[in-house]
Amino acid sequence: MSERAPVRQETDPADQRLDLSAAVKEAAIAALVAFGLFVLMIGIRTDQGPTGALVLTTRFGALAAIVAAVFVAALLRATIWRELVVAIERLVPATVRTGLSGVSGCAAIAFLIFALILPVIFYSNRYLLDLGILIVTYTMLGFGLNIVVGLAGLLDLGYVAFYAVGAYSYALIAQTFGLSFWICLPLAGILAAFAGILLGFPVLRLRGDYLAIVTLGFGEIIRLILLNWQSLTGGPNGISGVPRPSFFGLPFNTSSEGFAATFGLQYSPTHRVVFLYYVILALALLTNWVTLRLRRLPIGRAWEALREDEIACRALGINTTNTKLTAFAMGAMFGGFAGAFFATRQGFISPESFTFGESALVLAIVVLGGMGSQLGVAVAATVMLGGFELFREFDQYRMLVFGAAMVAIVIYRPRGLVSTRAPSVSLRTRKDIPAAIVQGARTETPA
Amino acid sequence: MNAVSILTVEHLTMRFGGLVAVSDLSFSAHPRQITALIGPNGAGKTTLFNCITGFYKPTVGRLLLAHPDGATFLLERLPEFRIAKEARVARTFQNVRLFAGMTLLENLLVAQHNTLMVASGFTVLGLLGSRTYAHAEADAIAKARYWLDRVGLADRADDPAGALPYGAQRRLEIARAMCTDPVLLCLDEPAAGLNNRESAELNAFLRTLRDEHGISILLIEHDMGVVMEISDHIVVLDYGLKIADGAPHDVRNDSKVIAAYLGVPEEEFERAGAEVGL
Repeated sequence: MSERAPVRQETDPADQRLDLSAAVKEAAIAALVAFGLFVLMIGIRTDQGPTGALVLTTRFGALAAIVAAVFVAALLRATIWRELVVAIERLVPATVRTGLSGVSGCAAIAFLIFALILPVIFYSNRYLLDLGILIVTYTMLGFGLNIVVGLAGLLDLGYVAFYAVGAYSYALIAQTFGLSFWICLPLAGILAAFAGILLGFPVLRLRGDYLAIVTLGFGEIIRLILLNWQSLTGGPNGISGVPRPSFFGLPFNTSSEGFAATFGLQYSPTHRVVFLYYVILALALLTNWVTLRLRRLPIGRAWEALREDEIACRALGINTTNTKLTAFAMGAMFGGFAGAFFATRQGFISPESFTFGESALVLAIVVLGGMGSQLGVAVAATVMLGGFELFREFDQYRMLVFGAAMVAIVIYRPRGLVSTRAPSVSLRTRKDIPAAIVQGARTETPA
Repeated sequence: MNAVSILTVEHLTMRFGGLVAVSDLSFSAHPRQITALIGPNGAGKTTLFNCITGFYKPTVGRLLLAHPDGATFLLERLPEFRIAKEARVARTFQNVRLFAGMTLLENLLVAQHNTLMVASGFTVLGLLGSRTYAHAEADAIAKARYWLDRVGLADRADDPAGALPYGAQRRLEIARAMCTDPVLLCLDEPAAGLNNRESAELNAFLRTLRDEHGISILLIEHDMGVVMEISDHIVVLDYGLKIADGAPHDVRNDSKVIAAYLGVPEEEFERAGAEVGL
């Protein structure tokens, strides 16, 4: 669809006359496909009858309505859709059309200010604060994965493994040795980075789809280890009673040494939530700062060069082994930080929190946000997780809407929300590079 | 002419299964000279390049590289990135391999990766914002700018490499190779796809590299105009075998070279075949 639309626009106006019979034929085929899909799903339904036996009910009316709707939609698409798209595109101002890049500077600052004052505005709204923490956690995971996928171009489907390693490292170290959050956090990050290097070694030769499969397997291996190493991880029961964070030694409780008593405040459980929010926000901003900084350093440029052309990198004397391993380690480290935070926030962790679905969600955030773009990742995390919450009441249809949104994005913005690449250095004017020229994580040429 | 050669290839053989791409090849390239490798398609020229730059490990043979300061490297024992980094052999590719989504300037900075890595304290100092790194980066940009100027692309420094026309991409690839401070520059068909004016400019540019910068150049080229005009020394390959080696004038009149390129009359076929060892 997306392929054909621009081509049609270029054709002679004479050829653009409505070809009604072809349009009807196309719509009829679409209706037929819809009929085949829905005849069993919607047309027939089994219910439990009064005697307990199954009763077959038919809903041919609903089926006919769906098929008719598909027919009409397909007919519209084949006839006036093109003009509609052109009209809509004309309505959208040029600044928006050229991508978010033009306004990204202001947008990023506005976004940041909003994130900073969110707990002040919604202090009494516990639900929103929790949602904020969730969104910022996934933004941080997105930033971390962005180093591996967006910059180095290594498609990683098992990112949740590092999240899990961070979470379990924190929980076990904090519980066993009674160390504070701020000591355990770097340790969890370092252990996750080691896991990243461990994963990196066997997959050095792989790229694209093959790498994706191996990392997917790695994610599952970690989950299965957590599930089966009962003596260490508690198996499916997980680890409960993970130490909660304290405000630099002051616990959030009602005791006289607590945070509230020390500062002469009325005790409120919200104190901890706000503190947690700022902790994860600080971690996410640290990740962002480090990533932006790394992009301007030789290692960051080497990652991007690796994404663009690995063979040329080797011909220029870049040790691609080390470069890939540092990308894996760096991404994994930030995943580990986020995992440690997750463990201390939840107070309870189990392998159920680290399924493939989480990896897919983080990858979806990175891809939708635009690979390599920090603002895009933050926006995508907000839209996706916010969207999940928004549609929570429409429980059954939530995934349906989510799926439709994904399809729409893939068709209309295949390179993500922010698809241009900002150069890391410039002589005179910094010009964004259009997405069409930049290599994606998957469009690789194997050696 | 220097008595010591910069690159000595001894008894190099490269087999791929049953196919012998390069067979018992020996020759040497001299410092501050342009050595051209010519031969019909499939003669093994690019295979030889891949052996020299470490992308292939030769089946048999020795590749000795001698720096002007006396340091020597056995290239067949080094992985490709160390050949570029330590032995300082730079190369370009037959089908241009640029970092298309990065700007021209970024392309040239990636080429200076190893110098900048050290200056950035292997990222740690750079992350903390050290002055040393800022200076090193400024130097690297100055060097990139110099080479962009030399290849006439200075005004496009901030454009993505993928947006350049073909001829400019080839020039950029040479500039990028030069940013690695090579001792030996290996160019795989630099004039392919260039028009007459561009290829004349390329000739002049390669001469200045040799004369002003003291670079030794190893060149694969099909364009005989380019080869005969700028080479100091020509090695001719055919079916993986060396069939001639010498100054342009001698090679041009060599009967085996003529035979390889143009074919031979039937009565001479067996004699010529015996001479080239077939």
